[in-house]
Amino acid sequence: MFLEHVNPLQASIFSSLAVVSLLLTFVMLGSHWLQNYVYAFAVQSWLIAALSASVGYFAGYSELYVIAVLTALFRGLVLPYLLMRIIGRLNVKRELHAVLQPSSSLVLGALLVMFAFVIANHMNRQSFLAAHVVVMALTIMLSMKFLGFLMLAVRDEAVSQILGLLVLENGIFLGSQILVPGMPLLIEIVILFDLLIVVACFGMLVRFLVVHAGTTSSRQLNRLVG
Amino acid sequence: MAENLLLALFAAPLAAVVLSFAVRSPRLSEYVTVLAAITDFVVSIPLLIHVLGGPVILAHNYIQVDALGSWVIVCISIVYTLASLYAIGYMRLLNEDERLPLFYGLFSGFAFTMLAACAMNNVGVFWIAIELTTLISTFLVGFEREAESTEAAWKYIVVVSGGISLALLGTVLFYWGGSFVLGPSYAMTWAALHKAAPDVYQPLLLVSFLLVLVGYGTKAGLAPMHTWLPDAHSESPAPVSAMLSGALLNASMLGIARFLGVVRGASIEGFAHSAVVGFGIFSFFIASLFIVRQTGIKRLMAYSSVEHIGVQALGLGFGGVFGVAGALYHMLNHSLNKSLMFFGAGNAMRAYGTKDIPGIRNVLNVFPVSGTLWLLGAVGIAGAPPFALFLSEFTILRSGIHGRYLWAVIVFAVFLIVVFIGFLSHFRAMYFDDSPEQQIPGLSGSFWRTLPMWLAFIPLLVFGLWWPHGFWDIFTRISQDLMGGAQ
Repeated sequence: MFLEHVNPLQASIFSSLAVVSLLLTFVMLGSHWLQNYVYAFAVQSWLIAALSASVGYFAGYSELYVIAVLTALFRGLVLPYLLMRIIGRLNVKRELHAVLQPSSSLVLGALLVMFAFVIANHMNRQSFLAAHVVVMALTIMLSMKFLGFLMLAVRDEAVSQILGLLVLENGIFLGSQILVPGMPLLIEIVILFDLLIVVACFGMLVRFLVVHAGTTSSRQLNRLVG
Repeated sequence: MAENLLLALFAAPLAAVVLSFAVRSPRLSEYVTVLAAITDFVVSIPLLIHVLGGPVILAHNYIQVDALGSWVIVCISIVYTLASLYAIGYMRLLNEDERLPLFYGLFSGFAFTMLAACAMNNVGVFWIAIELTTLISTFLVGFEREAESTEAAWKYIVVVSGGISLALLGTVLFYWGGSFVLGPSYAMTWAALHKAAPDVYQPLLLVSFLLVLVGYGTKAGLAPMHTWLPDAHSESPAPVSAMLSGALLNASMLGIARFLGVVRGASIEGFAHSAVVGFGIFSFFIASLFIVRQTGIKRLMAYSSVEHIGVQALGLGFGGVFGVAGALYHMLNHSLNKSLMFFGAGNAMRAYGTKDIPGIRNVLNVFPVSGTLWLLGAVGIAGAPPFALFLSEFTILRSGIHGRYLWAVIVFAVFLIVVFIGFLSHFRAMYFDDSPEQQIPGLSGSFWRTLPMWLAFIPLLVFGLWWPHGFWDIFTRISQDLMGGAQ
């Protein structure tokens, strides 16, 4: 594992990129405005691209440069652009948090991060100098999972649900760059697959709008129960 | 030999996709789909026989056809064949001829992704194939373009994508765990993960397995991750419901079975089996409660799928030759029986113009032949002899009774009775309750809708009376692959 040989500078570069990505998830969690979610997601994707590139540079995996470019391009530019277009067309600017206020979801999110840390700490048995990077990568991977699910659970707007799904995948992506940089093919394909999911979601969304004429809130999706 | 069979297996549905989209003729796409499905069925059987001698590995280790995978391929091809025959009769009733090529294109594409998933040797590519099945089938679920079907499709894609992303996380963690044993870069095959598993740090392996189980369990419809299933199964067109229930759930179950094989011999093996048993029992419990109080006819069938996927999970969880054999036999029988049930439900829904059980009365007056088949199928799916599901459920009960899962066997047996009574009381009401005479118009094209019901019913009866000896060879082989030697 290349992490055994990183020096403190490299470790701190990886840590700060990962931690800022986690903070951006909290920005999404604490905001009312759909636009802010998209900006936060775009910046997060750029940070992940930077992380890929730096792991590629320090660990000598040249494939990771390609992945960094693809990430920045697709997740950092194309997806946010498409999402902004949808938001513009829908005329929905803010999420009305009916289930949880942003402040309460921030507190809940913080608790989930602690829980993620406890699990991550149990899963790691390395004890070399940079082992804290491993624990941190695992923590951030799991907590972005939890936060993504929290967003899916407490948000109603279709666009926020798509973003929730994308946060779930950003978490995996970020963690796997640090933990298993030697697994490139899979990751590359996953990037393309994200796009497909989103395209499929958009396809559904458009038809959804046709049917429900105006509303994109999943609160209205209550016909099928029991 | 195996290469050519596999090529035919994949090329047939792909050709159907291309022809449906390229020619855009409704009639042509119907027949091409049936032809592709029959080709797949015919090819899948020699493929299964061929790989009994040992797995075939192709394409730089990316494709592996083993006995387990090809057994699931056989089940999927059967449902694909039956559903594409039924679709001819059913989809014409919608009077949307111009959208039929799109339907059949997606339908064959859906079949292709499921078949491909069964042959994947790379764990990551398997995940991708399963993810692809979701993307394609979302559009099939929402095909009828009503508010309900759009809602079902939306819930389906959000819940299943969220769930399956857990399986990806689990897969990444499995790979990470393996990288301590096999080095930072290695081919991510089932065999490699299995080789590494005993040496992986136990808590890491445990978390990875649970993530994968919950992820593929979501897709397989195990409770409490089953919430998408009743909506998607009840709102999609009947042939698609049959494919979702009879084929897709099997493909996802394959993932769980393979990961059970991966952790074989590792310290968490016993816990992994208990977790699968726990999800199986819980699914059975939830499904039986919802079956008793159900009012929608296709939702009734959907909860019955949750129940039967729970039964398969129990068989795999109990393990041993009997458990694995019971689970796999159940997979085949459930595919046949559930297709029959969804076909009957589709007929009733179209004729009576309602999805509600109280609106469907005197079925035998409207459908003398297919109504009889549907009723017999209901007796079969409730687990009564002489139909095949009785044999497979009995085998699973036997496999668990001597081990440490006695409690699960008892709970299973009690809820089997609940399901039997609950399920059949709905059918009693639909067939024998007195109701004011309604005028139900006959439906055209009943040949295409009755033929697949016969084709599903006859093997169901035959397999209920006679367990072919050849199946034992297959099941023994698979349980050796999965559980390592006969118990």
